[in-house]
This record gives sequence, structure tokens and C-alpha cells, in this order.
Amino acid sequence: MQIPKPLDPAVAIKSALPDAIADIKEFRGETTLIINREHIVAVAQYVRDTPGLIYTFLSDISAVDYYPEASRPERFGVSYHIYSLLYNRRLRLKVFVPEDDTTVATVTGVWPVANWLEREIFDMMGITFSGHPDMRRLLMPADWDGHPHRRDYPLGYETIQFSFNIEEILKHKPLAKE
Amino acid sequence: MAIQIPDSEAQEFKWEGSLDELKGLVSERAMTGETMLLNMGPHHPSTHGVLRLLLELDGEEIVTCMPDIGFLHTGIEKNIESKTYEKAVTLTDRMDYLSPISNNMAFCLAVEKLTDLDVPARAQLIRVTCLELQRLSSHLVWLGTHAIDLGAMSVFLYCFREREKILEMLEMLSGQRMMGSYFRPGGVWRDITPDFLPTLRAFLDIIPAKIDDYEALLTRNPLWIDRTQGIGVVEPEVALAWGLSGPTLRGSGVNWDIRKAMPYSGYEQFEFNVPLGEHGDVYDRFYCRILEMRETVKILEQAYARLLKEPAGIFRSNNRKFVPPPRAELGQSMEAVIHHFKLWTEGFSAPDEEVFVSIESPRGEISCYLHGTGGTKPRRVHFKTPSFIHIGALPVMTNGHLIADLVAIIGSIDCVLGDCDR
Repeated sequence: MQIPKPLDPAVAIKSALPDAIADIKEFRGETTLIINREHIVAVAQYVRDTPGLIYTFLSDISAVDYYPEASRPERFGVSYHIYSLLYNRRLRLKVFVPEDDTTVATVTGVWPVANWLEREIFDMMGITFSGHPDMRRLLMPADWDGHPHRRDYPLGYETIQFSFNIEEILKHKPLAKE
Repeated sequence: MAIQIPDSEAQEFKWEGSLDELKGLVSERAMTGETMLLNMGPHHPSTHGVLRLLLELDGEEIVTCMPDIGFLHTGIEKNIESKTYEKAVTLTDRMDYLSPISNNMAFCLAVEKLTDLDVPARAQLIRVTCLELQRLSSHLVWLGTHAIDLGAMSVFLYCFREREKILEMLEMLSGQRMMGSYFRPGGVWRDITPDFLPTLRAFLDIIPAKIDDYEALLTRNPLWIDRTQGIGVVEPEVALAWGLSGPTLRGSGVNWDIRKAMPYSGYEQFEFNVPLGEHGDVYDRFYCRILEMRETVKILEQAYARLLKEPAGIFRSNNRKFVPPPRAELGQSMEAVIHHFKLWTEGFSAPDEEVFVSIESPRGEISCYLHGTGGTKPRRVHFKTPSFIHIGALPVMTNGHLIADLVAIIGSIDCVLGDCDR
């Protein structure tokens, strides 16, 4: 079987989906394609299936919160780290998510492994993935307040329960009551 | 459902929850009570920590398996955001407590990539030695616990005997048996001690025969083969789609080892093979790891030969903007005092950019995503850990099998819950 020649992902995506790429960045030999949020599933599908790209392996999805600086276009960034076993190279797709509409379309249809990775981001950052089959909290308890990995969420501790403050604590934990 | 509650309590018992949140996750038959929902764990000896599995059972057959994790979540990633880069290494030890050195490695590589810090060749060699020792010790724990789950008690005792020798060697290097935080950005904490190399030699002399012993107990044991062959089969395409990595992926016959594909820390200078499975079942994953232990011994032999030529020397970068000066320099150089003070109070700064590195841990691909702020603390660090991905893919392997086989499958993916929940 003849292996098709590797394509430059940025050029290939630009020719197939002209509106998808907002920016291209290089840092320490890593390529980041900044994708417009509404195109992420189309781009994911394209880079997985196009001969010459074949990014079959999703290594990681990670989210970052740029609060309180306004150094980036939007508050949140979601990075998809994908890998092509055939051509042995990595690529990062990144979308920026505004604070007032924290929704991204899910890529579970493209890479099933995204299921738990997206649930973890929902749990930790409060970014919802539309179309996800099971958008529940993963690591934190189901009745937890807030999303711990946001930069405006303080590094706190669990209040120690005493008889004088148990009522106050249980107000925040509806599921803890027997 | 048939839950027997004594009459006096029955009056008070009022369950306010609902099964609605399980709709779509379990089959319709569970809603009518035709199949049974059963909790396995979180305190089950075969779940290797605190993994809770909600099983939907038809008789003894698993219809659906829903892993529930988070019992060991300790907020390590959040804590790292408030630590300087050097101090954060200590926290990464606590994730995968059976191979802390791999976690150190992933984090240190990310920091070195973000700050463009060099690592001397000899430091890389010491790192490879430690990583491979750790791989061997982690595989020994896996083999022992996997066998004990399936009823072979004695293997566990033999494996832990050899593992103890490895932990003693790591203690010589870092002062701790486990969680030594031996790797630091720019190299390792201190040079290898004079008694390390003779101990390593003695260990390398005995370990091949010990691996033969484990194999004699299991590899051709008909009971072992009955319990493992044809169980938990994963096709190569499915394995890739579900993001499996490490021996769990290679058991399905996919040739992907990050040490070979994208070498880090000088792995390209070592000769070793990547063992592959064929059927993707529990037995193939088991045998892949056994063969991998032998390859690890090969790498250790080469590393030993190279370390023997240079038993003492440079073990950490000389870039004083990132690496604190040795104690002896402090009495002689004002520059050294300034660097010492700056590095231990403020730490070093890293650019406001993101990097991604991944390494081959004993369990699979562990990757670190690191985003700097321009200051001395990271904005975000995220570890993708193999156990997390493998437990997420458990339903693919378990559905249609018996509960007893589930125990074999959990053992074969080699999950560590500290690694999973972080």
C-alpha cells in the first residue's frame, strides 16, 4: 500500500474550510492552529480522515483560563492535542471560548476518547460541550459549587464540620443528606 | 426492587433521588427491574484503590459498566498553580504513586521545554536509568496484584521481594524509597552515590532469572490461560479511537512506543525492541508487559555500562538563571549568593506560552500541558494520565463478559487510581 505524502495541516485546512483558521502560532517547534469555535468539529473530522493528515489519536484536551488578564481574544482556551501515528507528528488545535457563552461542540463523534476528557473540563472549568452524550461532573462531587480550575476560584479547603456549622455546610451540599 | 428493610426503619426511609440521571446510560431493561444494578467498589480489593463501578447485570453477565471516579481527587493541578516550578515537582510525585519518577519526568520535560533549559547528557543518562528502574518496579507491582486478583498468591510475594531491591536503589539516589522528587528542572537533584552502581550490577545479575521464575508460574499455566485468553478483547482501531496507550495499546498489536517514536532524554541511543501483542486480550497485554520487563533490563545494562565509564560528573545544568548554585560556591561568589537568593525566594520565570510533552510511563502515555504566565508560577498545568483514559475505556472491554472476568480486565489495564484522579 502506498502511503500518501504528508500535507501541511494549515494549508490543507485553509483550502478545504476557508473560514476555519483564525491564526497560526509556532512555539518551541509546536504548531498551534487557532480555530474559530463554530468550526471545531468540521476541522476535527477533516484532519482525522483526510489522506496526508490522518490524525487518528487524540492525546489530550486541556482548558486554560486567562482571567484576569485580557491578553487573549477570549477568557478561556481549549486545546486539542492530536497525534498522527502514520506520520509521527503532533498538532494542537485551539479554540477560544468567551465568558458569557461557554459552549463548544463536542468531538466525541470524532474521537470517542474525548468523552471523559470533555467531562473533566466541564467539571473543572465550566465549559459545556454541546451534543455530549453524558455531560455530568466527573471528579468533583455531583453537588459541588463552582468550577475549581477557574482562576477566580480560590485555592481553599473543605470547612471542618462541627455541630454549630453543620447546617450551614449542608446547605451547599444537597446530596450529602441521608 | 427487593431491598429488605426492617419495619421500624421502613417508616423513616424515604429515598429522594431518582434513576433519571441514569437514563440513556443503562439499558431500558434496568428501568423495569429486569436487569440488576450493582455497585462494585469503591472498597473492593480488586479495584486497585478506590474505583467504583456501577454494573448493570443480566445474571452474571455485564450489560453496562459505568466507572465512577474522583474518590482520590486531590487537586494537584490546582495546587501547582500556586507553586513555583521547582517546588511543584514534589506534588507530581503523588499522582501515580507506583511510578512517581515518570510523573517527575513529564513535568520536568515540560518546564525545560517552556524555558528552553538544557539538560546535560550525563543527567539524561541518569534519568533514563531511574525511569527504567521505575518501570520495572511498577510492572512488578502490576504483575503481583494482577496475579493475586486471579488467585495466584505466590507471584505477589516474589514480585514485591524484587521490587524492594529497586526501591532501595532509588533510596540511595534520592533519600526516599518512593516519591523522592529526584528529577528537577535541568537535571537531577544530586549525583549518583558510589554504592549505587555495584548495587545495580548485583540487581541486574539476578533479575533475568527472576523474570523466568514469574513466567514459570504463569505464562504456560493452564489456569492462567483459561482466565485470560479471549477476555477483554480490544481491536486495534477501537484501541486507538479510545486513546489507549502503552502496553494496553501494544497488546492489540499497534506499534507505538513514545520512547521509539519521539525519543526524549536520549532514548534514541539505546537499543531495545517494542514487544507487540496479537489478539488484544488480557493475556496479550500480560505477555507484552513481561517482555517489556526484559527489554527494560536490556536498557539498564546499556545504561550501566555507560555510567560505569563516568561514575561521577555533571548531573545538572549549569544555567544559573534556573538552577541554584552548589553550596560550595556560596562562600566564594557574590553572584552565586544572588542566584541562590533569587531562585529560592522567587523562583525562575517562564514565558506566557503553552507547551505539551508526553512520555512513555509504565502505564502508557502520560502527557503534561503547561501554560506559563510570564511570572514564576504556571497558569495551568494539566496531566493526561493513562489510567484516566484506560478506566474511561473500560466499558468497551467489559461489556458482555462475566463479573469474574471484569477483575482480570481491571488488572490488565494496570490502573492506579491516584494517577486517574490526580
